[in-house]
Amino acid sequence: MKDINLKGIVFDIKHYAIHDGDGIRTTVFFKGCPLSCIWCHNPESRKPSIQTIKKELKLDGKSFCTDETVGKEMTVSEVMDEIKKDLIFYEESGGGATFSGGEVFLQDKFLISLLEECQKSDINTCIDTTGFVSEGTLRSVIPLADSFLFDVKLIDDEAHVKYCGVSNKKILDNFRFIYANGKNIRLRLPVIPGITDTAQNLKLTAQFAKQFDGVEIDLLPYHKIGKDKYRKLGMDYKMDGVESPSNDRMEELVRFFEGYEITTTIGG
Amino acid sequence: MTDRINKLRRESLDAIPTVSSERGTLLTEFYTSGQADGFSTPVQRAKAFYYIMDNKELSFCDGELIVGERGPKAKATPTYPEVCIHSKEDFDMLDSRPKCPFKVDDLNRELHEQKVFPYWHGKSHREKVMMHMTPEWQDCYKAGVFTEFQEQRAPGHTVLGGKIYKTGLIGLKAEIKEAMDTLDFYNDKDAFDKNEELKGMDIAADAIINFAERNAQALKEMADKETDTKRKLELQEMSAICSRVPKYAPESFWEALQTYWFIHVGVITETNPWDAFNPGRLDQHLYPFYMADIKSGHITEESAKELLSSFWIKFNNHPAPPKVGVTAKESNTYTDFALINLGGVKADGTDAVNELSYVLLDVIEEVRLLQPSSMVQISKKNPDRFLKRALHILKTGFGQPSIFNTDTIIQQLLRQGKDIIDARNGGASGCVETGAFGTEAYILSGYFNLAKVLELTLNSGYDKRTDKQVGLNIPSDFKSYEELLAAYEKQLNYFIDIKVKGNVVIEKLYADYIPVPFLSLLVEDCIKNGKDYNAGGARYNTTYIQGVGLGSLTDSLSSLKYNVFDKQLISLNDLKKAIDADFEGYDELRVMLLEDTPKYGNDDDYADDLMSDIFEMFYSAVNERPTYKGGMHRINLLPTTSHVYFGSVIGALPDGRKAKVPLSEGISPVQGADRKGPTAVIKSAAKIDHLRTGGTLLNQRFSKEFMYTDEGIDNVCKLVRSYFRMDGHHIQFNVMDEKILREAQKQPENYSDLIVRVAGYSDYFVDITDELQEEIIRRTEHQQS
Repeated sequence: MKDINLKGIVFDIKHYAIHDGDGIRTTVFFKGCPLSCIWCHNPESRKPSIQTIKKELKLDGKSFCTDETVGKEMTVSEVMDEIKKDLIFYEESGGGATFSGGEVFLQDKFLISLLEECQKSDINTCIDTTGFVSEGTLRSVIPLADSFLFDVKLIDDEAHVKYCGVSNKKILDNFRFIYANGKNIRLRLPVIPGITDTAQNLKLTAQFAKQFDGVEIDLLPYHKIGKDKYRKLGMDYKMDGVESPSNDRMEELVRFFEGYEITTTIGG
Repeated sequence: MTDRINKLRRESLDAIPTVSSERGTLLTEFYTSGQADGFSTPVQRAKAFYYIMDNKELSFCDGELIVGERGPKAKATPTYPEVCIHSKEDFDMLDSRPKCPFKVDDLNRELHEQKVFPYWHGKSHREKVMMHMTPEWQDCYKAGVFTEFQEQRAPGHTVLGGKIYKTGLIGLKAEIKEAMDTLDFYNDKDAFDKNEELKGMDIAADAIINFAERNAQALKEMADKETDTKRKLELQEMSAICSRVPKYAPESFWEALQTYWFIHVGVITETNPWDAFNPGRLDQHLYPFYMADIKSGHITEESAKELLSSFWIKFNNHPAPPKVGVTAKESNTYTDFALINLGGVKADGTDAVNELSYVLLDVIEEVRLLQPSSMVQISKKNPDRFLKRALHILKTGFGQPSIFNTDTIIQQLLRQGKDIIDARNGGASGCVETGAFGTEAYILSGYFNLAKVLELTLNSGYDKRTDKQVGLNIPSDFKSYEELLAAYEKQLNYFIDIKVKGNVVIEKLYADYIPVPFLSLLVEDCIKNGKDYNAGGARYNTTYIQGVGLGSLTDSLSSLKYNVFDKQLISLNDLKKAIDADFEGYDELRVMLLEDTPKYGNDDDYADDLMSDIFEMFYSAVNERPTYKGGMHRINLLPTTSHVYFGSVIGALPDGRKAKVPLSEGISPVQGADRKGPTAVIKSAAKIDHLRTGGTLLNQRFSKEFMYTDEGIDNVCKLVRSYFRMDGHHIQFNVMDEKILREAQKQPENYSDLIVRVAGYSDYFVDITDELQEEIIRRTEHQQS
């Protein structure tokens, strides 16, 4: 009983999420992230605490400013109520719940309780993670989760520190660990022009993925929808002038990875 | 698409709708010539019908394969002066209105004004209706509490079953004879009336047999003159077909199509009832002919598609007859609501999807015409492949086919007491209305403005716009939500009483003055009962009242309950003041009402529970109240375009909606109020007890990207399956992006073929009113982020 009253901070719950794993899913976004990727399109997810930002509303051409709270304290049972609303869609489509962030492992106890509750209710679970977590925590989560969406952004550690703020050593080790435990894991590469799509990083990523039989890659094209959020949060946006990769470029990247015989898709 | 079809399609799209005086003139000639004198009403009507079909000009489009036109040329649209009369102003408006005009040339105007209308003035049905309706009814009608379908269009809304393809008209004539022979004049006081009705049906059958024969003769003459050998052979075959059908049962695929088309022309010439006429389960009726002809090599899949395309184009040549008065102004569409059903289950309950179902979907995709409209029935027994094929057509942004739940339709019909075979042979017609095809008269009687009743409740029954005490004078200084809701229920019951009373009178007027012997012939058991379709002769008789504005009403009640009574953020009086001011100077309040109040469509029980309360009230007020025809009143929830009109007669509402803005349509959430995506909309909509309705309409707008990939289609397919597992009746997807629509508003000339789903039917975007365009753009676009 204690666990379902455990509280966590969630910044969004998205229904009909169709790019976060198999089928129709509900994605719970946890607030707080140890990484600081400069292209992040969810900057509101970074700070672990609840924030208040200004929100502009347009009504009949007039603008209104209201306060918007980013992040909400929710109990495990409250989150489960939201997840269970869509049971029928999971059943029909082979979907389930996805836990994403921020970084879900920053709230590991909350995550574990949610995974246990889902398991009790036969709800398929997927974890969308940066992989920046201790092996001990990961070990306790692996038996509870059905699959992982795992970001591998940059293989070169120096670059990773530069653009994401932390070393990737633990991240790459954790990828190996999950794979070794026989879990379904997909590698996700955000395609950030000039940063992650350099010839070197693409090659290293392909070589990394190649070590794991059957692992597939999702290419997530950079997009600018986060820009406005930076302004509202009073944060610097360092990606000005960077354009989204074209469809042709994305297709080219798919062919590149397919050259390594790695099944690759654009988007989730 | 073959060159021939391409040409016919282009000609049909380019044909200008006109008003034709042909039918009105012939009808008037018949009645003034003395030929009608002394006969009973049904026999008079049947003879008049014969006279029209015998004397009307025949018209053919060059190269067409299916023949028969209602008017003297494509889109020449008749009037029905026995039902309603167009005024000078109506003709001026029809001729000049920017959207959906009907050109009225001098000759046709003169014939109407000098010959036709003088005879029918004082006799037309519409004048009788207005004479017999009570002052209370008139006040409600003018205030926009409800509309009335049967004041200017005849009761129809029925669908042909499969019988005619097995018996031909000759078989029906034999049934008529048998029914006449068994009449018991000694013990049955109605025997004479039955005999007259049956006589009328027999004459009406002959009228179409004769019309087909006239076409056969004309085709023969055309064949004789034709120099192109291929066309000559075709014309000869067409002539032979018209000599055989619909008199005899069809023996080939081509004959089956021509059979239906002659029947269709007959029905829409007799009165062109509301929602025209409809072949219903076309893939089922045609399948035996299709398979036999494919096996024998008489047709190929390609030639079958050409025949079907030609058949489709015939529908497009027949716009809905122009209306009169305010209805003509509000109802802007050429669509006559023939809705072809594909898929579903067979009479034995097994999967009915067949090869022809897929061929028909190909045709729908290729010809891309507004009329006829099309839908797929999806039962749990039908394969996903069929649904996905339909979604692939939908994703092109065409608005067709719409998607219906067969299992729900069957349960609705069973609940209404229908036989299971009749239920399985049923489907949906018009927009989304459930019916037993070939055996039921299910009449739509009018839209009912559920949101207007709240406005009147908040004003103690007084309507500001028309300056009349329209409803009950119940004090409106409510101390609790429960008190308010109780007052709403009283007002609602009061208005429904007025509507039902009006319906009973109008049905009697139709039964007495405008029998339809031809339509009666086609709907079982009119022959057996010796009774007209308009008098309750069909096996099943249902009269629907269609509730409109459920979303707007729910959100308004939610706003009152939440902001005034539960949270006490504003007093009822202050909220009323803001509403009276149309929120001018109350911007911040309006933001609160729009942004921070629970709304229907978000799977939020706070709002959705209130919707369920309203549903129960509306259902209890209407369901199973007897009709004149011996049937029952029932409810459905669909608006066509009335949510725009109903919105225009209501001031601001407590949910933050400004005055005159369209109401929510069908059971869809208020435009833009659903913020949690399609699963939440579907969950909210599924809280309605669809099985106790005769149809509900849910529109869901999707941007193209949602259905871009096969995986996207899979997910939408599963979304539909989930809704249908929860007994959802119908769902329609509007697939487009806002950019395209904005562009189309700016340069309509470049977007004349842009079709959008309006509400239960599709229309050309550029043909619909500016308000409706705005509303479609506003509907929440569920775009992936």
